[in-house]
Amino acid sequence: MLQQRHLLGLEGYPREDIQTIIDTGFKFREVLDRPIKKVPSLQGVTIVNLFFENSTRTRISFELAQKRLSADTVNFSASSSSLKKGESFKDTAQNIEAMKIDAVVMRHPTPGAPKHLTEFIDAVIINAGDGTHEHPTQAILDMMSLHEKFGKLKGLKVGIIGDISHSRVALSNIHGLLIMGADVTLCGPPNLIPPFIKDLGVNINYNVDEVIEWADALNILRIQRERMGLGLVPSVREYRAMFGITQERLESHQKEIVIMHPGPMNRGVEIDGTVADGDQAIILDQVLNGVASRMAILYLLCGGKTNEEDES
Amino acid sequence: MSNKILMDSDSIGRSITRLSYEILEKNSNSQDIVLIGIHNRGVPLAARIQNKICDISGVSLNQGSLDITFHRDDYRERLVIPQVKGTDISFSLDGKTVILVDDVLYTGRTIRAAMDELNSFGRSAKVQLAVLVDRGHRELPIKADYVGKNIPTHEGEHVNVTLTETDELDSVYLIRSVG
Amino acid sequence: MKIEKMAKNLILKNGTIMDPFHGKTIAGDIWLKDGKIAGVGKVDEPKNSLTIDCSGKVITHGFCDIHVHFREPGREDKETLISGSHSAMAGGFTRVCVMPNTNPPLDTPESINFIREKAEESPIYIHPIGAVTKSQNGNDLTEMGLMHNEGAVAFSDDGLPIQNGAMMRIALEYATMMDVPVINHAEDECLRAEGVMHEGKISTQLGLPGNPDLAESAMVYRDLELAQFTGARLHIPHVSSMKAVHHIREMKSKNEKVTAEVTPHHLFFNDESLTSYNTNLKVAPPIRTESDRKALIEAVKDGTIDCIATDHAPHTIEDKETTFDLASFGMIGLESCFGAVNKILVYDEGLDLGNVLKLLTSNPRAVMGFEQDLFSQGTEAEITILDPDVEWIFEKVHVQSRSINSPYYGEIFKGKVEFTISRGLITTQLS
Repeated sequence: MLQQRHLLGLEGYPREDIQTIIDTGFKFREVLDRPIKKVPSLQGVTIVNLFFENSTRTRISFELAQKRLSADTVNFSASSSSLKKGESFKDTAQNIEAMKIDAVVMRHPTPGAPKHLTEFIDAVIINAGDGTHEHPTQAILDMMSLHEKFGKLKGLKVGIIGDISHSRVALSNIHGLLIMGADVTLCGPPNLIPPFIKDLGVNINYNVDEVIEWADALNILRIQRERMGLGLVPSVREYRAMFGITQERLESHQKEIVIMHPGPMNRGVEIDGTVADGDQAIILDQVLNGVASRMAILYLLCGGKTNEEDES
Repeated sequence: MSNKILMDSDSIGRSITRLSYEILEKNSNSQDIVLIGIHNRGVPLAARIQNKICDISGVSLNQGSLDITFHRDDYRERLVIPQVKGTDISFSLDGKTVILVDDVLYTGRTIRAAMDELNSFGRSAKVQLAVLVDRGHRELPIKADYVGKNIPTHEGEHVNVTLTETDELDSVYLIRSVG
Repeated sequence: MKIEKMAKNLILKNGTIMDPFHGKTIAGDIWLKDGKIAGVGKVDEPKNSLTIDCSGKVITHGFCDIHVHFREPGREDKETLISGSHSAMAGGFTRVCVMPNTNPPLDTPESINFIREKAEESPIYIHPIGAVTKSQNGNDLTEMGLMHNEGAVAFSDDGLPIQNGAMMRIALEYATMMDVPVINHAEDECLRAEGVMHEGKISTQLGLPGNPDLAESAMVYRDLELAQFTGARLHIPHVSSMKAVHHIREMKSKNEKVTAEVTPHHLFFNDESLTSYNTNLKVAPPIRTESDRKALIEAVKDGTIDCIATDHAPHTIEDKETTFDLASFGMIGLESCFGAVNKILVYDEGLDLGNVLKLLTSNPRAVMGFEQDLFSQGTEAEITILDPDVEWIFEKVHVQSRSINSPYYGEIFKGKVEFTISRGLITTQLS
């Protein structure tokens, strides 16, 4: 049904397929509203969550999606793994596959690791974040949330604000939004915006107030506090003054704008608590859409072998 | 291929009327009845039955719709993308008499999936089935309580239903693939 | 030197008015009313106006020095904002930019604000330059955005090079947000090592550790490449070598965001003067060979160098009155600037005075984005009146700075600043 067997990233992903995933995701939203939130579609399907990097939110989101589809899930986390005993990545992967599994959801600190995995195991592979490269499921849930709010993605103006150079969320969103016909402007400290990113077809503007004026929606990235010690971001108060989406800043613009954040948030740094909790923010919808869109992705990638006409 | 018309708009209308009377006759407490149409054509059929029951008894029954895609039993063989309209049941089914409505009853797999899906919405007191056409060839032990018309079919034959809500006209016709 | 409040109506009469911004010279008067330009050329003199006879004198824009060290906060014994201002006015300067290597350094928005507030009391305009890294440690970027909001006009760790290339890149990238220049004191610490003067024949003869020209040119080249890569504004301070000039000339042809300055002492002296072991000639970057000096003059002529900046660096007598290796680097330069550069560039090298004035007035202002059209109606008066031809000998009595570390005592200068008008005040150097 989807043209690509795996979901490794959104670069070059077919537009129709992104639309299909989003539409199917809305169907699964309805399932999440039922008293019993379960469908049998992936009964008997075994999915391994292979997380080489710590993550609570993404892993829980995937696990819930898997369980609601009646799939069997197994969790593997790097800290408690055979990797500590020196087992190679390839052996780890092949050992798991030998136990007859259908799909792997992987998060790894190195860009390209999921692609590497496709070379020695046969299962369907879904990238849950590979280093500073891509995080396609996050971008899909972001686009689904925008679609829910605006009814479309084409022509939408989206500002992405923060540390772009270390953000897989940014890169996947850029690919996905441009494919779906949206317009993207990046904003952040110039030393945290890669110089060649313009080649992807995005706008760059270091003035956050101008971006707020222009945009229909803002996707606010977390500024990692680890970066502050490395001389890259001078201080929290500097970042907040220059780029923070604060209550005062938003109020001074007096416009309708949708506020998004992939989480976890640093309240009072890149975003004020009152903004995150305010009416314009759709952050909790993003979380719900995260489960629904991951259900859609798993369903479309793991369900069935052929696409035939329906028969009653 | 050759087509043979088996029911026209009038005969469909008469069946709907009869089904509506039968439903009221069989269920003493009409307040507990809910009509659930199965996508696609079960939905407009359920609406017609609801209207007719309202004309007859003055009671307006609750109505919902089911998209059984996620509950199909052939999910390992076939991937089906869900319908545009999707499942819509905005009330609890606890203690209710659910009348499932579909256009054609054939293998029975759709109904099994529908009953499986109903479980997610509460524990109904009773589930009954109303279909416009029963064409036989059950693969599961499923039986309709209310049938508009029985149309026995052979291998290679199909029964199609069209309704003005979804197509151009009301009809039930048989498709026979020739040699 | 006296500093007085200007008369309500002041007429500068019969001078040669040279406007470096418009490149025009006319004979005439300038009328200043309440400290602002009220008329240029032919003016309607009001009654009860005070007149200064400017026959034989040049009336031009007040000079602007974008590279000075006033040692406040921390070493007020060497210089304060006020004493530095007097030094500046004596040299014809009405506007300066102070470097942040004070103690504590100007590395926070609070310290920038301190300078800005204190500068309110000054007779001239003083702009703070912010440090690039916290405590000039070369590692942690300062809060440039907030500092810019408080009034920092540029960023520099001057005194120290930004040795780490990655840090220089980050600084340039970050500064593009504010569109202000980054000024790097380009001397590779490793190559410069213990050098106290230019490494060449003279240093070898004198037995002093040398600092080769490529310590400067290699880093200048790196900075030029980074400026190109990041699209940032780069200003190269105190260019001292022929090799650096060569790189700057080449890059400037492709990149208009690169600017460069030269000090008077690098135009006036060569390393042969150091045979006296005069510690007042110990500067960073060092004074180099005659070929380098000539190359710098050539660079001034062809526009590779945009402006003159003194790098005025006051030091106490104890800091300088010691052996050459231990002496602090730097000399004062505000009072001696015009006499020295006018002699070299106009008298020795035949440049037009108008061009030299541009190097002291509109060009440095352009680097920092300050207003350049100073003779336009209603502008706050920043004016210098000078005698372009008088020959004089520079002596201690001409120094207004708290410090006296100058190598020019006894030198014959050509051209002298006589009056400086700034912020409603006027000083006179005439005795």
